[in-house]
Amino acid sequence: MIRDITIGQYYPADSILHRLDPRVKFVGTIMFLVSLFVANSFWGYLLATVFLAAVIIMSKVPVKFMLKGLKPLFFILLITVAFNLFLIPGKVLWQFWIFKITQEGILQAVKIGIRLIYLVIGSSVMTLTTTPNQLTDGLERLMRPLNKIRVPVHDIAMMMSIALRFIPILMEETDKIMKAQIARGADFENGNLIQKAKNLLPLLVPLFISAFRRADDLAMAMEARCYHGGENRTSMKPLKYHSRDTSAYLCIFLYLAADIAIRVLI
Amino acid sequence: MSIKLEHITYTYSPGTVYEMHALKDVDMEIPDGQFMGIIGHTGSGKSTLIQHFNGLMKPTSGKVLYNGQDIWAEKYDRQKLRSKVGLVFQYPEHQLFEAEVLEDVCFGPKNLGLSKEEAEERAVRALTQAGLSEKFYKSSPFELSGGQKRRAAIAGVLAMEPEVLILDEPTAGLDPQGRDEILDQIASLHSLRGITVILVSHSMEDIAKYVERMIVMNKGEKAFDGVPREVFSHYKELEAMGLAAPQITYIMHALGERGLHVDTSATTVEEAKASILQALERLDK
Repeated sequence: MIRDITIGQYYPADSILHRLDPRVKFVGTIMFLVSLFVANSFWGYLLATVFLAAVIIMSKVPVKFMLKGLKPLFFILLITVAFNLFLIPGKVLWQFWIFKITQEGILQAVKIGIRLIYLVIGSSVMTLTTTPNQLTDGLERLMRPLNKIRVPVHDIAMMMSIALRFIPILMEETDKIMKAQIARGADFENGNLIQKAKNLLPLLVPLFISAFRRADDLAMAMEARCYHGGENRTSMKPLKYHSRDTSAYLCIFLYLAADIAIRVLI
Repeated sequence: MSIKLEHITYTYSPGTVYEMHALKDVDMEIPDGQFMGIIGHTGSGKSTLIQHFNGLMKPTSGKVLYNGQDIWAEKYDRQKLRSKVGLVFQYPEHQLFEAEVLEDVCFGPKNLGLSKEEAEERAVRALTQAGLSEKFYKSSPFELSGGQKRRAAIAGVLAMEPEVLILDEPTAGLDPQGRDEILDQIASLHSLRGITVILVSHSMEDIAKYVERMIVMNKGEKAFDGVPREVFSHYKELEAMGLAAPQITYIMHALGERGLHVDTSATTVEEAKASILQALERLDK
């Protein structure tokens, strides 16, 4: 049931994208997101589509898997598109009561729809091809300059990786407690909103207790292994750029440059 | 009155890279009133299997029949089934949530729609059966010791007064005394009330001591099914599956190899003792 969430899930495969340095992928994703907001014409969107399609093919992750990530966003997408469709003033094409659809509205709705979908797919390409550990490693390195202005970069990265690490554990725990209470006749599905919220109590109390217990245990285990923060800490697999990373950076910058050129020139 | 599984197959995350066949074509029938044991290596499908007995998991293919009725038929009331087939998960004390022990045990009966008085009556009965004394009824479950918490949690399932009681490693992490007490209480429940008990355990000694019939799971398949004495005679195969026979079985086999005519199929210390004494007496003559 809750296992169907694909955002932030890693898909193991052997592809050039999986082997890329996480920093490249992170910077690349940001660039792609920026490019989506730069693109404003048909050609701009075509370029983004081609780029995204090429990346997806290179990632060797089944497209079906990526589209699954869109499911939870369906309603947000629907609402955004609807707002744009009905509320943009312009040349009226169709009118019913207080609803009217304009030419500009249709155009804007399509654009926003494509942007949102590409945003989600673009970022899931990153999370699907990068393990959470690699991702936080990469983030820590990218943010290292912030250390100078006393931002606790390492601590933030550590908290992030622990939080990510705990998502599947807590989901499993939720599943287990839920089943145990269902076995005792609990009902999580029927009833009105207030009843449903009340019925969650037998699930939430044990879940919180277990989360605290796990946090305690983890803190103890980390201290037992002399963890003392980021100072002088080395890493088991230090991040190093290879030639493929340089080429990837080049491709991304070329893509962004082309995107900007299209915006300016056309 | 029985639980029957027909060609049960269960696959986790079908169609993805994480696909895993937890159960492969499992068939079994558990008659009423049997004390049955299930053993198997970690990941052999035991936990998946027991969740099929009360409809917590839906088989990918195959049928689960309770008293002859398909529990996945459209109109079947699975909520009611779960009150008939009680399942105590591993580390059940992790599910306690109420402020008082008695309240927590009442949760099950209340879900069955019983009145407060009836629920409390059942809860008190269940707590007595689980061996938790009255002085703990009003205390917080989180103030109890590990063994007491375990009893309170088991009582939570007993209070539903199930016809079938499934226990997934009910003694994991308990001290030897607590372990024996809990298992003895379960055994007496079985003999007094005649309920069916299904016990999942990693302790071959416990299985040998308590159960009438045992099933060995290996890689999602049923490897052996029979009385402990017979199953443990395959101790070499069991070892290949990462399991073992009770220690006493090894001693009896070693004695047999040294020329003492003992019953090598003995699985409990009592049986072994009788058999060794007999063999020695014969030797004296």
